[in-house]
Amino acid sequence: MAVDVSKQPGPRTRAGLSAPGARFRPPGWLRRLQPLLWLGPAIALIAVVVIWPIVAMIQTSFQNITPLGINVGSAGWSNFSTVLHNLNLPGILVRTVIWVAAVVAITMLASFGLAQLFNQRFPGRRYVRWAIIAPWAASVMMTALIFRWMLQPDSGVIYLVLHQLGLVSKFNTNTPDWLGNPDAALACMIAVAVFVSLPFTTYVLLAGLQSIPGDLYEAARVDGASPWRAYRAITLPLLRPAFAVATVINLMNVFNSFPIIWEMTRGGPGYETATTTVFMYDLKGTFVGQAAAMSIINFALVLIIIVVFLRVNGWNRQEAS
Amino acid sequence: MAATTVTAAAPAAAKVRTRAPRKLPSVKTAIIALIAYVIAIIFLLPYLEMLVTSVRPTKELYEQNYLPRHFAWSNLTNMWGSAYGILDSLRVSLEIAGGATVLVLLVALPAAYYTSRHRFRGRGAFLLLVLATQMLQPTALIVGIYKEFLSFGLLNINPVWSLMLVNAGFNLAFAIWILNAYIGSIPAELEEAAMVDGHGRLGALFHVTVPLAMPGIVTALIFTFIAAWNEFISALTLTTNGSDYPLTVRLDSFIGQYTVDWQHLFGASLVATIPVFILFALIEGRVVGGLTAGSIK
Repeated sequence: MAVDVSKQPGPRTRAGLSAPGARFRPPGWLRRLQPLLWLGPAIALIAVVVIWPIVAMIQTSFQNITPLGINVGSAGWSNFSTVLHNLNLPGILVRTVIWVAAVVAITMLASFGLAQLFNQRFPGRRYVRWAIIAPWAASVMMTALIFRWMLQPDSGVIYLVLHQLGLVSKFNTNTPDWLGNPDAALACMIAVAVFVSLPFTTYVLLAGLQSIPGDLYEAARVDGASPWRAYRAITLPLLRPAFAVATVINLMNVFNSFPIIWEMTRGGPGYETATTTVFMYDLKGTFVGQAAAMSIINFALVLIIIVVFLRVNGWNRQEAS
Repeated sequence: MAATTVTAAAPAAAKVRTRAPRKLPSVKTAIIALIAYVIAIIFLLPYLEMLVTSVRPTKELYEQNYLPRHFAWSNLTNMWGSAYGILDSLRVSLEIAGGATVLVLLVALPAAYYTSRHRFRGRGAFLLLVLATQMLQPTALIVGIYKEFLSFGLLNINPVWSLMLVNAGFNLAFAIWILNAYIGSIPAELEEAAMVDGHGRLGALFHVTVPLAMPGIVTALIFTFIAAWNEFISALTLTTNGSDYPLTVRLDSFIGQYTVDWQHLFGASLVATIPVFILFALIEGRVVGGLTAGSIK
């Protein structure tokens, strides 16, 4: 470790500069602190924005704070037990599982197709790739709002199209108010979440496809393998790391997704379209202690989801590097 | 990962320039292109509807047609009136995103440079810390962020400062990964040569490394700017006065009112989205590296 390659340039340049009156050479203890000089600002920023909030959140989860924001002492584990005994929680948990599983599964499958499509050569490919980044570049809350508008019962353009196709019979009678019906609203919001997750996922898989060396396909062709055989033996296994990374990142993003549900239904009616994240945010308005407890439960859930996924995927490669 | 995209960029560009004379596309290519065009249009349609709605006259707002009978282009000019607060919010968004971007650069560049050029005790621990911050999101920590800035008193001073910090913190990891990859791809010998030529260490950094790492720096800057510009949940949580609302929170506040000004809401959304979309298109090829580098390493 001490005789690292990157350390070698050090003495060489110092020799080059050791003319009389060359630079001041700081004592050893000072040089050992040198990394702190370069990394200190980053560590300070992480401490303020990430570590402190974690500590504050854990503290808050054990405090009894009234809706007016007054801390009336320790709450023990009561915030956790109150949240866990909330009658809405079972429904919210089931909905969260459906939300995460459906959005991530549909996103991965659709992106898998899109990435392979955009990996083909065709005129205008560059512009098509630009077009699909629109939902990625736009603020998710704005995309959610335009979908809410397109689904409003009076003149929503989605109903208009379906009406003209003969799929929605009663238009403008408030019958097709999908966002007013919890099940239909959840389905709509899943579709919006897929829409905003597709660009990133497609780009990750596209990068994965492009990193596969072309000679492999050439070699397979020379060996007489059919294109389908080459696809199964080369493309699928080599795309797996990109697929796993995209899945993990999507799992975290979708679990923590807030703007879509917030803008389209606010989690309502009641908590009937809320996920655990929206539920936590809603609690924050009245019972901060419970919201903190819910955040910690959410955190544990994300960890479990990801560990389970990595296990299922058998992704136990050596990661330390 | 980012390193591979860096090296792959040059040959790809060369290929485009030396392309053989255009041949007629095969039937297969034509079908692929057609499907791709249809998908591209589907991705743009919601934003087109944004544009159409933004110029609907109030009388025709709820009419059941794809295009209004009259176009009220004046919606796009009168939405700047002070009653809507859109102009103020644009300024606040610009301050938050600009401040966060500058802060990320100041903090990430030295860290990325040092971790890329030196092996030292604690390097692994530092990179792990950065990776951990990337795994977290403002949403997951929002209660803690709220409590922290409440006790800090920063909420009472000016939430813009708090939001700069939060946005800088949560985009730091991306910036460090992408800068790390770019600086790592620049041979250290170039810096040494500059140092032999009489530049100090910082001189070498600014005359050699920074210019060569410019694509990575620009990517980090644009990505941070866009993320902070679009950020919603911390802004919603940390701002209480209308005068402090960035654009995302301003548009959210439109929704609560009895009559929602949908035209102005979508007019403002377009104004917020189009520049960001163009910026994103500039860095599109390099973003994936920064987002996935931590998970792959």
